[in-house]
Amino acid sequence: MAKTPSATDLRDAIARGERTATDVCNDALARIDAVDAAGPALHAFQTVMADRARARAAALDRLASPAGPLHGVPIALKDNIVVKGVVATAGSRMLETFVSPYDATVVERLEAAGAVIVGKTTCDEFAMGSSTENSAFGPAKNPVDPTRTPGGSSGGSAVAVAAGMTPLALGSDTGGSIRQPAALCGITGLKPTYGRVSRYGLIAFASSLDQIGPFAGSARDAALVLEVIAGHDPRDATSADLPVPSFTAALTGSVAGMRIGVPSKLLELGVDPEVRQAFDAAAVALSSSGATVVDIDLPHSAHAIPVYYLLATAEASANLARYDGVRYGLRAAGATSITQMYDATRGRGFGAEVKRRIMLGTYALSAGYYDAFYLKAQQVRTLIRRDFDAAFGVVDTILMPTYPVPAFRFGEHFDDPLQLYVADVFTVGANLAGIPAVSVPCGATRAGLPVGMQFLGRPWDEASILRCADAYERLTARA
Amino acid sequence: MPSSLSRADVARIAALARLELTEAELELFARQLGDILEYAERIRDVETTGVPPYASTLAGDALRDDVATASLSREDALRNAPQGDRAAGTFVVPKVIG
Repeated sequence: MAKTPSATDLRDAIARGERTATDVCNDALARIDAVDAAGPALHAFQTVMADRARARAAALDRLASPAGPLHGVPIALKDNIVVKGVVATAGSRMLETFVSPYDATVVERLEAAGAVIVGKTTCDEFAMGSSTENSAFGPAKNPVDPTRTPGGSSGGSAVAVAAGMTPLALGSDTGGSIRQPAALCGITGLKPTYGRVSRYGLIAFASSLDQIGPFAGSARDAALVLEVIAGHDPRDATSADLPVPSFTAALTGSVAGMRIGVPSKLLELGVDPEVRQAFDAAAVALSSSGATVVDIDLPHSAHAIPVYYLLATAEASANLARYDGVRYGLRAAGATSITQMYDATRGRGFGAEVKRRIMLGTYALSAGYYDAFYLKAQQVRTLIRRDFDAAFGVVDTILMPTYPVPAFRFGEHFDDPLQLYVADVFTVGANLAGIPAVSVPCGATRAGLPVGMQFLGRPWDEASILRCADAYERLTARA
Repeated sequence: MPSSLSRADVARIAALARLELTEAELELFARQLGDILEYAERIRDVETTGVPPYASTLAGDALRDDVATASLSREDALRNAPQGDRAAGTFVVPKVIG
C-alpha cells in the first residue's frame, strides 16, 4: 500500500511553499477516484465533496498566512457528522436525502484550523455495527484484503486513511467504532475522554457513550487533530469546560518510567492466538524500553458486553424515536393515520440491525424489565468504572488487544448478531467508564492481517496514552 | 423472565417502539432477541447491593443562563420536511384525530 505523507508533513510542506492546498486536495481526490469507486472499489466514501473541497483549498491558497495547524490537510468525516449543505445519511435509508442545515462543532473547528473536508465516509447504519455491512448503501472493504470487512462502525474513515486517500479522518466511537476499524485496517484511532470533544452535530446513537475522535497514520497526527477538535462547546451540555493541553508536546518518544497494566484475566476470555502473540510481543518490547508492565484486574469487565448492549440500545431506542417521518428524513407513502405513518416509516426506513437494537432497548426500558435490565446494567457500569479507577491508582495506562480477532470476511456473522457483540469485550469498557483509549498497530498475522492494541488512560489524560502510542510506533519503526 | 421470546412478545415490543415488522422479522427477532436477552441475564449474578446507578460526572455542572439564543430559522427547519407548508410555516402530517 502506498505510504502517504503524514498530516504534519503535508502541512509543513504547504507552509514552506513546496505544495499548495489545491494540489494536495487534487491528489486526495485523484486517489479517491483511483481506488474508491473504480479500481479495487473500496467504497470508503458515501459522498465525495470534490467541488466544495477544491473551493476551500483555493481559498486557503489565497491567504497570506496559514489558517491554522491543519492548513491545507485533507480530512474525511464519517457520514454521521454533519456539514451544512451536504447530505448526511448516517448509513440509513431514513436519511438518504437529508441535507444538514448546520455544521457540527468539529466541522467548524477543523475548517477554522485550515483542514479541507473532502467527503463523508461509509458507516454502519446509525453507527450500529462492527463491519460497515449494516450500511444501507453497501459496505466499505478492507484495503489489506478486500474480501474482508474494514471493521466498523466507522469503517469507511479507517479505509480512507489506510488506503492513503486522506491522511486524516474523523469517526465516532460508542463501543469501539473508531478503535476496532483502526486495528483491523492497521492504522491509529483515538477515542477521547467522554466530554473532551463536542458531540454537537454528531447524529446520536447512545448519548452517554458516543464520542468523536480521529483516525490517522500515527499517534502524532491523531494528537494534532485532537488539539484542534477538543474543547468546551456550550452547544453540547456534556462537553467539559477544561483546558486543552498540547497533546503533540506530550510526545516525548519514550515510555521510560510509565507503569502499564495488563488485565491478563480478562484476556483469558478468548483472543485469537496470532493476535495474542502480537500483543505479548508488544508488551515485551514496551517493557524492554523502560516501561514497567504489571498485571491488573478489571473483574467487572467480564460483564461489560451485556451492560453495554442493554444501555446502548436503551439510549438508541430513545434517540431514534425522532425518526418519525414528520420533520425530516423518510416518510412512508400511503398512510391514512399518523400512527400508521410512524409505524410504516420506521419499518421501511430502518435496517435489520437498527430495528434489532431499538427492540432490545425498548424491551430493557419496558415495564417489568426496567429494574432487572436497565437499572441493573447502570449499577454494574458503576462497578466497571470503579475497577478502572482502582487500576489507575496503580498504573498510568492499561494495555490490551483492541479486538480479539483480525478482520473477518463479509457475511461471516450475518446470522448470529450475539457472536459479533461479544467480540466488543475489550473496546466497550472505555466507553462505559468514559475514559480515553487509543488503538495502534502491533504487527500482523501470518496472512498479513493487521493486529491492533489499545492504551487506555485516566479521564482527560489523552496525553499519556498518546505518548505511549507514539513511543511504541517509533519503537516498531526502528525495529 | 423469558429466556426465549414469543412472536407475541416481539409484536408487543414492536408496537411500543412504533416499528412495523414483517412476518419474517417477527420470527427472526424472536430467536435473536431471545438469545441476546438470555446472555444479558448473566448480569443478575453481579452483587450490586448499595451500588448507585452510573452517572457521568466527568464534565461537571452544565447549567447555563436562561437566555434565548439563535436557532434554525423556520425556513431552514422546514427544508428537509417530507411534507411541509412553507407559507403557513408548519409540518404537515396525516390525520391525527379520527
